[in-house]
Amino acid sequence: MEKDKVPQDEGITGGVTREVQYAVDKDGKYVKTFSKGWEAKNIVNELAWEDIQDMVHEADEKIKAGKASPIMHFMAKNQMDINLLADYVELSKWKVKRHLKPKGFRKLKQEQLVNYAKVFNISTDELINFKPE
Amino acid sequence: MKLDFEHIPAGHCENGVISSLLKYHGLNLSEAMIFGIGSGYFFAYMPFVKVNGIPLASFRPVPGMIFSRAAKRLGIKMKKQTFRKQPKRAMDELDKTLEKKLPVGVQTGVYHLTYFPPAYRFHFNAHNLTVYGKEDGVYHISDPVMEYPTTLTYKELKKARFAKGPLSPNGKMYYPISIPEELDLKPAIIKGIKQTCDWMLTIPVPLFGVKGIRYLSKRVRKWPDKLGPRKAASYLAQLVRMLEEIGTGGAGFRFIYAAFLQEASEVMDDQRYFELSKEMTKIGDKWRNFSSLAAQTCKGRSSDPDGYNTVANLMLEIADDEERFFTELKKMVK
Repeated sequence: MEKDKVPQDEGITGGVTREVQYAVDKDGKYVKTFSKGWEAKNIVNELAWEDIQDMVHEADEKIKAGKASPIMHFMAKNQMDINLLADYVELSKWKVKRHLKPKGFRKLKQEQLVNYAKVFNISTDELINFKPE
Repeated sequence: MKLDFEHIPAGHCENGVISSLLKYHGLNLSEAMIFGIGSGYFFAYMPFVKVNGIPLASFRPVPGMIFSRAAKRLGIKMKKQTFRKQPKRAMDELDKTLEKKLPVGVQTGVYHLTYFPPAYRFHFNAHNLTVYGKEDGVYHISDPVMEYPTTLTYKELKKARFAKGPLSPNGKMYYPISIPEELDLKPAIIKGIKQTCDWMLTIPVPLFGVKGIRYLSKRVRKWPDKLGPRKAASYLAQLVRMLEEIGTGGAGFRFIYAAFLQEASEVMDDQRYFELSKEMTKIGDKWRNFSSLAAQTCKGRSSDPDGYNTVANLMLEIADDEERFFTELKKMVK
């Protein structure tokens, strides 16, 4: 790719930074050049965020139906699955699975709630009182 | 305390960190040169490894491998430390090393890097950056993927160094401890190229190298039918993200490799490498075209199989190009 053809589409870099791209200058020599972004990248990044939103939505529906605890919402929002969440809260997977159910969630001790809230970067109140929209 | 460290933005984090650490110690080796010597060019399709529930396609070998190969070929020695479940010790050790006026490379989880644009922040744990100072509990950070140097608080850096999940860093930190006085790049370049040719052409498993590209092409064709439009789009989108997102220098490292071949042409004093670099640029351009078409196909999540067939065909064309390219390159380094 030639240097003057390196795309400069605003998007995922959000004006925070520019990315290095390798391209050839007019003498055919490779140089490092900056790109603000590229439309193709914006599209695929957007899709990945859509998938996360879908997961959050799915979780919220389950919570509304009384089939899941608020932990499921924050797990999805933080792009986690059960494995990753179990790693972060340092509990076994089957315990996390239990806490994802309303019954298991109600039985959680204060310190365990604090532990979850800390991983999700929220207060325990936010976790306990979460209501899906 | 802030060390006199030059922030050098780079295409790829791992080689970018190493390149600027070496520069601090007086050795000028570009990111592209380290990438080439470390045989960074690759293709792997690993359906048994899933990222966000999607089979992993990678355009490079596993994290850490590029540099460890390059270091071995160049005779550079690094001190590497990990601290399993000992975040406090990991931070103390970092501070101690900084006190010795040594900038330190650390492995981190992207999700916790607060200075990144929000759109970047996924759970990916093999991101490298350099810490080059600490003032009032705030660390000076040179992240090669960022245009300018940045900072992280003690708490943020600790969190990022102890990200959980696949490839968890466990506080990994590293810095060079011995660099040879005289470096002979030529044999290192040859070794690096030879291994890349072998990995791209001869691994007897259909998931790797040019065979892997062909294999994935077959899968891509089936995606809309097998997965439905919504999921198929997610799969294709992730493939494009592996080619372009957070540090590949464009086209899944193909342009960095072309830059390496130009540098190699000078070191080896052999014009043929320069000519091959031009071929590699064309291959990179095709991958860019692939990304562009693939993104259009994902957009709106259409179920039209034509888009998938078009990009699958393009993959076959690229596989042929890469096969020709590395067969030619292999002859040169025999």
